[in-house]
Amino acid sequence: MQTRQNLSWKIGGEAGFGIKSAGMMLAKIFMKTGYETFDYTEYPSLIRGGHNSYQVMVDILEVNSVTKSVDILVALNKETIDLHRSELSANSIVIYDQDKIKNIRPEEHINFLPISLTELAKQAGGEVMRNVVALGATLAVLNQPRNIADQVIKENFKNKGEQVIKNNLQALASGYKEAKKIFHEDFICQLPLVKKNNNILVASNEALALGALANGLNFYAGYPMTPSSTILQYLAQVAEKTGIVVKHAEDEISVINMVLGAAHVGARAMTATSGGGFSLMTEAMGLAGITETPIVVVNCQRPGPATGLPTWTEQGDLQFVLRAAQGDFPRIIIAPGDTTESFHIGAEALNLAEIYQTPVIVLLDKFISEGSSTVPEFSTRGLKIRRGKLLSQEQLNRMSKFDRYRLNADGISGRSLPGMKNGLFIANSDEHDAYGYTEESAQNRLEQMDKRSQKLETFAKVMPQPQVHGNPKAKKTIVIWGSTKGPVLDAYRSLSAKKQSDLKILQLQYIWPLAKDFLEPTLKKSKKVLLIENNSNAQLGQLITQETGFVFKNKLLKYDGRPFFREELIKALSEL
Amino acid sequence: MLTDKDFLTKQKPSWCPGCGNFAIWIAMRQALAELNLDPHKVLVVYGVGCSGNDTNFIKTYAWHSLHGRAVPTAIGAKLANKDLTVIVMGGDGDGYGEGLGHFLHAIRGNVNVTYVVHDNKVYGLTTGQTAPTSDRGFKTKTTPQGTLDDAVNPIALSLAQGISFVARGFSGQAENLKHIFKAAIQHEGFALVDVFQPCVTFNKVNTFQWFFDKIYNLDEKKDYNKADFQAAMKEALVWGEKIPVGIFYQANKPEYISSLPQLKGMALAKRPMKVRDISKLLYEFK
Repeated sequence: MQTRQNLSWKIGGEAGFGIKSAGMMLAKIFMKTGYETFDYTEYPSLIRGGHNSYQVMVDILEVNSVTKSVDILVALNKETIDLHRSELSANSIVIYDQDKIKNIRPEEHINFLPISLTELAKQAGGEVMRNVVALGATLAVLNQPRNIADQVIKENFKNKGEQVIKNNLQALASGYKEAKKIFHEDFICQLPLVKKNNNILVASNEALALGALANGLNFYAGYPMTPSSTILQYLAQVAEKTGIVVKHAEDEISVINMVLGAAHVGARAMTATSGGGFSLMTEAMGLAGITETPIVVVNCQRPGPATGLPTWTEQGDLQFVLRAAQGDFPRIIIAPGDTTESFHIGAEALNLAEIYQTPVIVLLDKFISEGSSTVPEFSTRGLKIRRGKLLSQEQLNRMSKFDRYRLNADGISGRSLPGMKNGLFIANSDEHDAYGYTEESAQNRLEQMDKRSQKLETFAKVMPQPQVHGNPKAKKTIVIWGSTKGPVLDAYRSLSAKKQSDLKILQLQYIWPLAKDFLEPTLKKSKKVLLIENNSNAQLGQLITQETGFVFKNKLLKYDGRPFFREELIKALSEL
Repeated sequence: MLTDKDFLTKQKPSWCPGCGNFAIWIAMRQALAELNLDPHKVLVVYGVGCSGNDTNFIKTYAWHSLHGRAVPTAIGAKLANKDLTVIVMGGDGDGYGEGLGHFLHAIRGNVNVTYVVHDNKVYGLTTGQTAPTSDRGFKTKTTPQGTLDDAVNPIALSLAQGISFVARGFSGQAENLKHIFKAAIQHEGFALVDVFQPCVTFNKVNTFQWFFDKIYNLDEKKDYNKADFQAAMKEALVWGEKIPVGIFYQANKPEYISSLPQLKGMALAKRPMKVRDISKLLYEFK
């Protein structure tokens, strides 16, 4: 019997085999038991067929990354074994459907466990439940009790009726019993007992949506695009009970202009898309800039260009969103590193948009947009709705003359909303004067351009600085942003104490404006710096070089559509 | 009582002398005054083009949009504050070229917005190129041999898509235009008013006289029933020697906002904004 502190479990098969639902149920079972989990799914852009896999990392400590290696593989078809054999760790277990898979080549370090997944599923009521039979077998080889799994099955199928629940419970039990009956002691892979906690299991997309909802989001327009669609779907599902408007519009151009219209009249408005949709939104980003309209646009990145790798991951849009749309105008760019940060940024982005009256862009990517992890339950404690210089009717009544785009030292002027008396103005796509009238004089152009860019300088004085993980005094520095946080920190935690004390990790959450006064001295004082990005041309590195003059000599860049696996980061960090 | 002067800004219109836009400018201000809509209760969303320059000449809350994108902006604004009267003013290039998709989708939702298209069958602000509404054979800088494309028929197109109110006005008949605007604004749903407004500088074919020679008013047509879809479609396809103007069609159709339960009661943007309790939403993640 082997006792492990953590586990890498993977299920594979064709799309339509219930790969995702099995993975999600397994994660939930372990979460409810008290373990930490993190999910990662690989799937092609297909509805039926193709190879899909769902990996669940289970740990007694916080986990936000996946390993390349797999400890338990559930194979619903032969292809799964062929494709993932090389990932199997020493003493790993392969639970496979012996009704479908024959003639397996044995291997010294792999324990093959044949189960009649098809036959047992049919006995329980249908072949479609092979995935649930396999879940039962998984729990058996891990020596886990079945009661929590039963509860998860009941919750998962509660909208499908009693019979479906009953069948699935039977499928789970039969897989469990069958595995117990035929395996020998060596197969058991025990996890240490843990205490129950108050965690939730959530991906960054839903986390960001929840943060926005908590902080007053009341208008969302969207158009489906992987990996952003779950934000639109989640908000649509809760729209009526939370009293918000969610509009699935005809295209991303319509979406962003609806969001602008709603924000203009006082809604807290947001949209999310991926790079392709963001491309369609770019012209309107500039309109938000010149009209000083507060909107939040989330870009859940995936590998481009064009359709690219639609269901895979990359951090390839930073330089794009930094410059998207013609002309110069202020924008704030934030990249949460994990689920909890996504919740808080979802809330804060709405505040910043209103305070600085300018578009705020949030960058996520497929890896965390769709990867669920266990986190402490979100709390609204500490959240506050801050609407900046939004004027009340009373304030407007007291003004002898209201000018929406009046020049101010901080660049931010008072804002009225259509419908308010004494607050008329033109939100003008043309360059305009303080009221909003089209005005092309050179002096006015300079004044309004400078006013708008001043807003970013005002924000730069108070914006949060990069987060420092590891030893703040260490002379070796790792620079990261966004979703690489989880894999890098998980790898860091696997290092020896000595090695850990040599490293500090700078995580940039607020990317634009760039914290150059912090970065320049920190990087120049470091003996060695390693830049880690999930893209091909070091987009954050380019930005830092442009703004500080610091040149990155060591770069770890990955752009094959896959996230960083823990093993490759442990190696990179150890070798620095 | 409000008058059209209450909707004047301190800026003088910059259109060419004799431009068809002047009549729209006057008729719209008169319509708003007669409907007793205070300037601050009205949001006009403008497209980009000569029509869009109206942004500076009518005193209401105004949004000057991107080319082709005025309609979705107006829908977003109306959904967020249903108490506002929301009107879109755009051109034929703006609405039937760049923004045609938005126009058809707006009809599907039937949000209570009035859409006025300044239709001069040519591109004016870019100094005379062919437009989506130019008739086949129309010669311009970009179609020197005459355009090989047929004109968009906004009336028939919108009827086919299920519009609940569609009318055509003419800048040569400002009084009638005012009546149409009033009816469109009062209509509960998405309303299109396509307005022939001759471009005196760049369109030497479709002149005021050209229209005067051809138009007849549906309101004056005996037994014309604007609730009759078939009759409306028949008139929508009339083009050539005779051209109909007036209200082609008006019907009751579910309006988007009144069909959305969460928009019952106070307008969305007017509701007090406070940190929302999400604890119940977290159950499904436990």
